[in-house]
Amino acid sequence: MSVSYKEVLTEPVFNNNPIGLQILGICSALAVTSSLNTSFVMAIALTLVTGFSSFFISTIRSQIPSSIRIIVQMTIIASLVIVVDQVLQAVAYDISKKLSVFVGLIITNCIVMGRAEAFAMKNGPVASFVDGIGNGLGYSVVLLLVGTIRELFGSGSLFGVQILSLTSDGGWYLNNGLMLLPPSAFFIIGLLIWALRSWKPSQVEEQEYQLAPHTRLQEV
Amino acid sequence: MSSSKETIQHTLIVAFLVCLVCSVVVAGAAVALKPMQQKNKDLDRKTNVLAAAGMLEPGTDVEAAFKQFDVRIVDLETGEFVEGLSPEEVAPKVAARNEELSHPLSASEDPASIKRKPKYAAVYVLTNEDGIERLVLPVYGYGLWSTLYGYMAVSGDLNTVAGIGFYEHAETPGLGGEVDNPNWKAQWEGKELYNAEGELAIRVLKGGVDTSRAGSEHRVSGLSGATLTTKGVDNLVRYWLGPEGFGPLLANLKQRGGEV
Repeated sequence: MSVSYKEVLTEPVFNNNPIGLQILGICSALAVTSSLNTSFVMAIALTLVTGFSSFFISTIRSQIPSSIRIIVQMTIIASLVIVVDQVLQAVAYDISKKLSVFVGLIITNCIVMGRAEAFAMKNGPVASFVDGIGNGLGYSVVLLLVGTIRELFGSGSLFGVQILSLTSDGGWYLNNGLMLLPPSAFFIIGLLIWALRSWKPSQVEEQEYQLAPHTRLQEV
Repeated sequence: MSSSKETIQHTLIVAFLVCLVCSVVVAGAAVALKPMQQKNKDLDRKTNVLAAAGMLEPGTDVEAAFKQFDVRIVDLETGEFVEGLSPEEVAPKVAARNEELSHPLSASEDPASIKRKPKYAAVYVLTNEDGIERLVLPVYGYGLWSTLYGYMAVSGDLNTVAGIGFYEHAETPGLGGEVDNPNWKAQWEGKELYNAEGELAIRVLKGGVDTSRAGSEHRVSGLSGATLTTKGVDNLVRYWLGPEGFGPLLANLKQRGGEV
């Protein structure tokens, strides 16, 4: 192997972030980040699913016929997601109620499928597992950042602990209602991507087209 | 890439084995975790009953507090308590799937849009030496997007509302979702269900309620910006406290002077 496991693990966190650079998994990042608790559980769930699905898919990759490879990947991912969902219902019922369908929707999260198809089908089980965990961590970093910003400014709390006292309870902080709604995550993720690409300019994509110059008046 | 991997036979074998292993894993997890999940669901139901009765403070021992309640099953038609059914069997969603425990309603008989009316319901009774202290009734009905499931707690006079709470709904956050707002729920406290003639008088109305006007003890202000959710709550409360719902039970209990 030319790259070390450490690189496979840390590359996706900042250099090749699944949300920041690959722009995958945005849907759930909008939906579950209104509080840190749900973001945190979702981040762990996705990291584990990505890691283990990559591991199992990579283990049987030499046996998977290419005609049914996508559905085999889906079956394995779906099974893992159901197991995670069942475990959450058993040990963290409140949070599983809040996450509701979004745990189930990990199945359709592009990050999981993307890593299975792009990495696990071509690399060994251990490297695939590390790659899955690394991408999960990349997703987690963004999710936790967005969750922190949204919960702090939306509800004035972090992990449910009140930090800024709200005007509705007689305090000084008037909460920002937009932060509680999913669209706010669009703005925050957009700003995060901007910050990330200013820090690492190599991630800036080349423009696919050039804006045509304005037509001059005398030519009309 | 070996060519044997792409044959039909090999494809079928791989597909079969993957499905077999995955189904065993999924079924195993579901069966092994079932008891814990059931315990969580029970605890959740108990928490909601306590919350509606206004007995849930932070740090309350839910199991211990819930033990004070008697769980009774009511025959909705006669309003009498019956024996031999568990609260799980008559839970709204379970009963609605059971042909024997519920029957379909036509549109005109179904203001709360519950589709199937259960025969029995589980109610929670808290008694003290004077009789009933709190009676917690399950109520549910359709709002704007979803069926709202909740509990309404009635005080010992079987007329004054002690609290209301919805534990499951999918109304618009910030608008209909404000049914969870503690300030909105608080105004239910002390409202009276029936007027002096014994008729069902409670209403949830659009707009604010003028407390100086006569009859305001039966009026609850609706949620601003959520006309249809407000209407849904009005419908479901009136349905479940009316003659089709717990009306007969409340009448029987009043007749017996709060004797359970």
